[in-house]
Amino acid sequence: MSRGGDLDRRAVVAELLRERGDLLVVTGLGSPSYDVMAAGDHDGNYYLWAAMGSAAMVGLGLAKARPERPVMVVTGDGEQLMGLGALATIALRRPPNLSIVILDNGHFGETGMQPSHAGQGVELHRVAEAIGFPAVDLVTERQGVEPLRRRVHARAGLNLAVVKIRPENPPRVLPPRDGVHVKNRFRLALGHRPA
Amino acid sequence: MAADGMGTAVPDWRRDVFDVLKAARVRHVVYVPDAGHATAIRLAEADEEIEAVVLTTEEEGIGYLAGAWLGGERGALLMQSSGVGNCINTLALQACTRFPLLMVVTMRGDWAEFNQWQNPMGQATEAALRLMGVRTWRADEPKDVAPLLRGAATMAFEGDEACAVLLGQRLIGEKEWSK
Repeated sequence: MSRGGDLDRRAVVAELLRERGDLLVVTGLGSPSYDVMAAGDHDGNYYLWAAMGSAAMVGLGLAKARPERPVMVVTGDGEQLMGLGALATIALRRPPNLSIVILDNGHFGETGMQPSHAGQGVELHRVAEAIGFPAVDLVTERQGVEPLRRRVHARAGLNLAVVKIRPENPPRVLPPRDGVHVKNRFRLALGHRPA
Repeated sequence: MAADGMGTAVPDWRRDVFDVLKAARVRHVVYVPDAGHATAIRLAEADEEIEAVVLTTEEEGIGYLAGAWLGGERGALLMQSSGVGNCINTLALQACTRFPLLMVVTMRGDWAEFNQWQNPMGQATEAALRLMGVRTWRADEPKDVAPLLRGAATMAFEGDEACAVLLGQRLIGEKEWSK
C-alpha cells in the first residue's frame, strides 16, 4: 500500500497562494518548502530547513502573536507525523486564524520515497478529527482547493486539510537557507527591527 | 519573602521565576509541567496578558517560541531536565535563525535523586545544552534565581541568544518518596 493521491502538489500550492494578500506562510522542511518557493518567494514566507516536526508549532506561535493575520502552515505527511503531539497542543488552543495544510503523498519524498505511515494506512485527517480540530478537510479533487484557499483567508476557525498529492518529486526550487536573513526579512515586513 | 528557621528573609524563588518573566515582558509561557514549576505555571495560566501553553513534548516549545518571535512577541519555555534531551535536534532552529530562546529547567538526577532512571539525562543536561550552543547558568540557592534569570532574559531578548537557567535539586528540595 502506498496511498497519496492524484493532485499535482505544485498546482495545489500555487492555487492556495493566489491573491495571498496579508497571508503569512510557514513551510515544513523538504518538498513543501520547494513548492511554496516555486510559487514565488515572499517576505511573508518562513521556510524551515530542519527541526522536523516543528512547522505546525511555529505556525501556532505566529498565529497567537498575530491574530489579525491569516497563518497557513504547508507541510508534508512525514514532517507532521514527527510532530503528531503538536496537533493535540494546537487543538487545545484553537487559534481561529491558523490553517494547517498537509500535502500527503504517502511517502518520505526527500529521502528516497520510502512509504510513510500515511502511505501505510494512518489517516491524518481522522487523527485531526479525533484530536478535536473543529474543521477538517480531506482534499482529493482539484475543486476542493479553492474552498480551502477561502477558508485559509477567512480566519473563521482553526482548520486542517489533508491534500492527497501524487508521490513524485518535481525539480527542486530552493528557498534561501540563511535562516537569520529569512527571519529578519519576515519580521521587518511585520514592522519589527532586528536586534 | 518567607522567613527561614533563623528568622532571615528567604526569597520565594518559585514566585520570582514568574515575576522575572513578567517583568521581561514575556507574553507566552510554554511548558511541560514539573513540580518545581507549579507556581509559575499557575500564575501564568491565571494571567490574562500571558498565553500559557501546555505541550505534549518539550521541543514543541522551541517551534512555538520561534513563531511568536516572528510575530514580534516574547516567550519562555519551562521544563524538567529530562525534557532537554527531547529538545536537542530542534535546537538547530534557534542556532540557524537566532531568535531569543529563554528556558527554565528544573533539575532531576542532579542531587539526592531517589529514582536513578533520572540520572543519565540529569547528569548530561547542562553539557548537552552547551554542546548545542545554549548559554547556561545554575541556581542552587533561592537568592540566585531572580538575578540569574533576569540576566539570562537580557542576553536572550537583547542578543537573540539561547539561554537556560537550571534550577538545581538542592534548591527545589528532595522529592518525598514515602507512601
